[in-house]
Amino acid sequence: MEIIANYGTTLVLLAAVVGFLMAWGIGANDVANAMGTSVGTRSLTIKQAIIIAMIFEFAGAYLAGGEVTSTIRKGIIDSNAFVGHSDLLVLGMIASLLAAGVWLIVASHYGWPVSTTHSIIGAIIGFATVAVGSEAVQWGKTLGIVGSWVITPAISGFIAYFIFVSVQKLIFDTENPLKNAKRFVPLYMFLTAFVISLVTLKKGLSHIGLKLSGTEHWLYSVAASLVVMALGYLFIGRKNYNPSDDKDMGFANVEKVFAILMVLTACAMAFAHGSNDVANAIGPLSAVVSVVEAGGAVAAQSKIAWWILPLGAFGIVFGLAIMGKKVMATVGTGITHLTPSRGFAAQFATATTVVLASGTGLPISTTQTLVGAIMGVGLARGIAALNMSVIRNIVVSWVVTLPAGAFLSIIIFWILEALILG
Amino acid sequence: MPANSILGLFAKSPIRPLQQHMDKVHECCQNLLPFFDAVLANDWEKASQVRNIISGLEKEADSLKREIRLTLPSGLFMPVERTDLLELVKEQDRIANKAKDIAGRVLGRQLQIPALFAKEFGAYLSRCLDATALAAKAINELDELLETGFRGREVELVNRMINELDEIEHDTDELQIRLRRQLLAIEKDLNPVDVMFLYSILEWVGDLADRAEGVGSRLELLLARS
Repeated sequence: MEIIANYGTTLVLLAAVVGFLMAWGIGANDVANAMGTSVGTRSLTIKQAIIIAMIFEFAGAYLAGGEVTSTIRKGIIDSNAFVGHSDLLVLGMIASLLAAGVWLIVASHYGWPVSTTHSIIGAIIGFATVAVGSEAVQWGKTLGIVGSWVITPAISGFIAYFIFVSVQKLIFDTENPLKNAKRFVPLYMFLTAFVISLVTLKKGLSHIGLKLSGTEHWLYSVAASLVVMALGYLFIGRKNYNPSDDKDMGFANVEKVFAILMVLTACAMAFAHGSNDVANAIGPLSAVVSVVEAGGAVAAQSKIAWWILPLGAFGIVFGLAIMGKKVMATVGTGITHLTPSRGFAAQFATATTVVLASGTGLPISTTQTLVGAIMGVGLARGIAALNMSVIRNIVVSWVVTLPAGAFLSIIIFWILEALILG
Repeated sequence: MPANSILGLFAKSPIRPLQQHMDKVHECCQNLLPFFDAVLANDWEKASQVRNIISGLEKEADSLKREIRLTLPSGLFMPVERTDLLELVKEQDRIANKAKDIAGRVLGRQLQIPALFAKEFGAYLSRCLDATALAAKAINELDELLETGFRGREVELVNRMINELDEIEHDTDELQIRLRRQLLAIEKDLNPVDVMFLYSILEWVGDLADRAEGVGSRLELLLARS
């Protein structure tokens, strides 16, 4: 207890530094997954993608990121088990952030697409088990997370499949695909904007003090989406279409229309990513801060300090700006046969799934959701070839991430314990 | 970077190389026109140059074929059967091989084509090349087929092309019969070995159209299964 009373500020500062590091890692690595498809289809340049990601990652983290934070903090471990051991909780959370950050760097180095969400969860479980005992871990919730390895890719795959089939039916397999693309693509824009704005209004905005009723949520969402749709019609109408482009590739002009839609779904992706993944960095940080502020008392529920969300959001944006460029440059080349219409289906499904999951507080992985969505488009016969051996590696890295995060955080926790508690 | 692994999901699609291969094959065949022009003009130097071009294009087609086979590992999930694709590329490649054989054989013997049926022969050759051109066009529809999920309108379009291919092949058969008949009428005035060669060259040129039709039916098979 004296540790917290004596070194409270230092501990908060330490937690803020490792939290920022973690957010930085998320921005640098995960964002390439989120934005990769847009860059890969050449709908966006790397520079544009980074600007979009910065704005919408921040917006997502700030406007819709509050909900998941609490799940990470108190959902995985039982806060009652730490009553009287709050110093362990503080150290453990710092250890977790560091462990997850280190694991992310290691995985990135070897090119494994691990989930930031699961590395932090693994880390929290790890330290909780050695610090208090396995009864501190809410294993039921953990089981739910393991279940999400199957469920979230399945949901996003399902959405992606149906979106792509509908695109085929409404646009590609018609007499005049370009005309139908101009007609229906803004409707997809409406859909995208609607999902995002509804969840933002419903779940996110309460913590910045905006209180609306249920019907107001729907009304404002519809209004915002209508604006987006109108803008969509405007942009699509103004773009030049060259009939001779269709000679080489029959749907070149249709894909141009989809490229506009891609820009919107890229925004949605970045927003969704920010809303879900910022929690990985700030969840543990906010636990540390609330314990220290309460002078060592472990509260079941506490408000997130005002500076924590922006800190995480800035961390993501900085990581993205500094490291993300390199990652996306690699991404920009080497993808074959990923057209805007297919990329759109995958991104729309991912963004929708992640945003909905953020709304319900389930900490799911953007990476896994995207893999599921890509599979869904593949199943709809939209992607020329999928590399199944890569999928096997990806799934293996998902399974390894939890124990790896746990192992690292246990070691770091022991080191910190020896250093600070002596 | 994790990003690479996610994007590694999108394997290199075999569709584009397949189209490049067919384009190369068609370009290779197309060179038979200037080749036979040179042969008819008795310009053997020019003919030898064109034959080198044909041979070079055939080699390029070969390496494209190899690339397709190598980039088609068993872990690939594709909208079409992998065996069908391999058969298709094999069929395509045989067209280029045939074109090279024709040029080589004619040049090697400095084969004289009787002026009497030179015109008809030209028509026959270009009809056969129509077939390879159409086959190339049908193969180029593959990415559109992909976009529509191998269903509906695009499939009809490709099916029409395949039917047209059948008709062209039939035309070339008729032309070949007429050419043989003409050859029969004049063969007693010609060197017997030359006549033997002429018959087999007629057949080989016809093979170009046959093989192009073969590409069409492979494509049809691919559509039927997906």
